[in-house]
Amino acid sequence: MKSEVQSSIQQHQPSSINHLLFVEDVVKVYGDKVVLADIDLAVTKGEFCTLVGPSGCGKSTLLRLILGQESPTSGRMTVEGKEILHPSPERGIVYQKYSLFPHLTILENIMLGKQLPLPFWKGISVRKEAREEAMHYLESVRLAEHAEKYPHQLSGGMQQRVAIAQALIMRPKILLMDEPFGALDPGTREAMQVLILKLWEEHGMTIFFVTHDLEEGVFLGTRILVISQHYTDERNHEGDAGRGSKIVADYPLKTTSTRVKETAEFGRLIQRIRCDGFDPEHLQDVTQFNLEHSDSFQSL
Amino acid sequence: MIKKNKTWFFGLHADPPKMFRVILAILPFVILIGVYLVASDIRHRENPQDKLLPTIAKIGKALKKVAFTEDKRTGDYLLWTDTISSLKRIVTGILLSACVGFVLGLNMGLLPGIRGLSLTFITFIANIPPLAILPILFISFGVGELGKVMLIFLGTFPLIARDIHLAVKKIPREMIVKALTLGASQFGVIYRVVYPQVLPRLIDTVRLSLGSAWLFLIASEAIAAQSGLGYRIFLVRRYLSMDVIILYVGWITFLASIADFMLRKWIAVRYPWYNP
Repeated sequence: MKSEVQSSIQQHQPSSINHLLFVEDVVKVYGDKVVLADIDLAVTKGEFCTLVGPSGCGKSTLLRLILGQESPTSGRMTVEGKEILHPSPERGIVYQKYSLFPHLTILENIMLGKQLPLPFWKGISVRKEAREEAMHYLESVRLAEHAEKYPHQLSGGMQQRVAIAQALIMRPKILLMDEPFGALDPGTREAMQVLILKLWEEHGMTIFFVTHDLEEGVFLGTRILVISQHYTDERNHEGDAGRGSKIVADYPLKTTSTRVKETAEFGRLIQRIRCDGFDPEHLQDVTQFNLEHSDSFQSL
Repeated sequence: MIKKNKTWFFGLHADPPKMFRVILAILPFVILIGVYLVASDIRHRENPQDKLLPTIAKIGKALKKVAFTEDKRTGDYLLWTDTISSLKRIVTGILLSACVGFVLGLNMGLLPGIRGLSLTFITFIANIPPLAILPILFISFGVGELGKVMLIFLGTFPLIARDIHLAVKKIPREMIVKALTLGASQFGVIYRVVYPQVLPRLIDTVRLSLGSAWLFLIASEAIAAQSGLGYRIFLVRRYLSMDVIILYVGWITFLASIADFMLRKWIAVRYPWYNP
């Protein structure tokens, strides 16, 4: 009985053991410009976490840090307790572009993840199984008939679907997406949003999704993080003077249906987030951020 | 009836019909041959022995002599033995510089250490006019085959290496990171992602380098050789045999065009994604 209570307390205590992704005191500095100032973040398994913020606030920087493409100036980042050092298969990525390899067909692009980790000769011997599995994923993004084409022969939306399948076949612990639908037209974009939600449910994935589109962030996520350079703290009351961005808001979101975009609540939340993070006139103090999500914590 | 105000030839919006495009492409050749024939005819009326602009019949006779009759002195069919010796030299030279340029360019593009070591040096080497060091090459590698191959090699490999280096650097960082998230090792990144993407660029660069390779070949053959297309041209120059010279120049141009065409076809068929 006692241990049960303890464990339930522990679960509410953000730590590198209880959370899939754990980021503590992370600072990123380029030259003398601070981009990220003291980011604290814990993400539970199965969460669809969206990250929004004004342009140039360091959204993509944070994503690249989690990916391992760059390393933080200071602070600690772990996935399942293991420190993030380099890009690795446990963290998948879908970029806005450059996700696909132009010299491989669609099917080969998806198979690649099955073959690359093996030595060259073994890569050939698993070719048949890899093909079948890749076909399965290609069907799940409804592109089976385009298997033999090259990426440049597909539209932007189709290319992103391939990129998602390519990342999915690795069964990553966390799928990172950097404005994946940013270059798509509104219709395609909406279809892609529905598709990714469906895949997220089917595969029980954890997704970390960066977008500059607030509506997209609120629509997709089960949790929305707002990072911004517009805030005040004890050092400076004038606003953003190169101190770097912080997570200024963190809301849990209700599970959604496709009609949610029309509701008044949806609009109110977007207004609130816009006020939290995007309005340079509206400054909150670091001690008063709306960190409502149960996983959020702040080490001041 | 919609009024079409598109021209066939003049202006930005010109839209030549298909047949007309073919005619346009052939036209400059017809004009060139026509001008030659007229000029040759004029000169022959003044002097039937004219050597400067031989008639088509004379060139035909030269062709018969060099391509289809044994040379009295050596017993060879001169055009073919010349072609074979020249092709050997240029193919060896360009293959060598393609291999070295490719390996060097890949390494320079991928490994900052190697780049630091060799980029400045290669850029410097590339500025040496190869023909200026031809005497040095002939002295150090001899006037045989090696000297000629070295001239072609030294004249073309810096450009190939630098071009491959640029092509490797142009591969977005995202793509490398993506490969790493798909479980690639460092070697896998090079072998499965970088190398196959740069390969068609190598063929393209070789195609463009062939022009200067021919230049270096002819130059080295002109100075010291026992056979070769360039050697023959500079040999018969002494007798003012314009018929043989024109024949050889036409033949070289034909060979170079065939090589260019085949390399382009190779890329188009084998690497359809390269020029979408």
